[in-house]
Amino acid sequence: MLTDLQKRLLNDFQRDFPLSPTPYRDIAEQLGVTETEVITALAELNAQQFISRIGAVIPPNHIGASTLVAMAIPAAQLQTVADKISAFPEINHNYEREHRLNLWFVAVAANAAQLQQVIENIEQQTGFPALQLPLVDDFFIDLGFKLDLQHA
Amino acid sequence: MPDALDLKLLARISAGLPLCPRPYAQIGMEIGLNETEVIRRLTALKADGLIKRLGVIVKHRPLGYRANAMIVWNVPDGLIKPLGKHISRFSFVTLCYQRPKHPEWPYNLYCMIHGKDRATVLAQLAQLDNACGLAHFERQILFSRRCFKQRGANYQTQHTKATANG
Repeated sequence: MLTDLQKRLLNDFQRDFPLSPTPYRDIAEQLGVTETEVITALAELNAQQFISRIGAVIPPNHIGASTLVAMAIPAAQLQTVADKISAFPEINHNYEREHRLNLWFVAVAANAAQLQQVIENIEQQTGFPALQLPLVDDFFIDLGFKLDLQHA
Repeated sequence: MPDALDLKLLARISAGLPLCPRPYAQIGMEIGLNETEVIRRLTALKADGLIKRLGVIVKHRPLGYRANAMIVWNVPDGLIKPLGKHISRFSFVTLCYQRPKHPEWPYNLYCMIHGKDRATVLAQLAQLDNACGLAHFERQILFSRRCFKQRGANYQTQHTKATANG
């Protein structure tokens, strides 16, 4: 069960986190609790895996090069191939999806040449072709996500 | 353009803001900047759009949002931008992108919907179809199954590391 404080921390501070010397105290004042309570509640949310971090979301392709990649892998080999791919530090968000193209992940590298090298290495190590679908245009400014936590 | 110190700062803050009373002073100490400079640079990076948002990054699945669908459409080139902007206005849409068509994958407009369950996501998609006039375009719905890896991306450069969402 989430406390009311935890619910507010989850929903109200996904963007515009205070850029002051004491952000947790600012949040505490806003919510009418103590700084220690805010820090403790966030530490608990972190420990319970409800938040990944307090951090910055950086739009793709402003720094480095990235692409979405799709592969079609026979079901029996999917876990093994996915594990091989996840082992690359350049890979994140590696998911199985319901389709013939059943493995989807994002590859990120410092520049386009390094990105191509990573994709080639993946194709060589797995023996399957990788379909590259790089970003052309981004329509959505990610301002966070309003969670319905009524029953959480 | 971000300088080397900005990249260092982005890399450090992407790993997560420390949970201590003076977190910006703490990360400043780690990378050789004072607290004021850390705050000044983060404020500028945000104003320049290099930081899209700064704050709590939630994990959808443990919070009850177990269904996630990537929907892809094949739409005429001239409609991509207006449709993309329209789709992005819906609160349940978490991402909306244009990507290139490919002979074996003729889709150019992508969106992601997170919902509590499959039925909710499909109902939200029907809502998008109606509001944006998407029903007659060829499309695919790809629900996610297993998550093999989820974290911020690693941008490795010669001197720095920074992270982002792909």
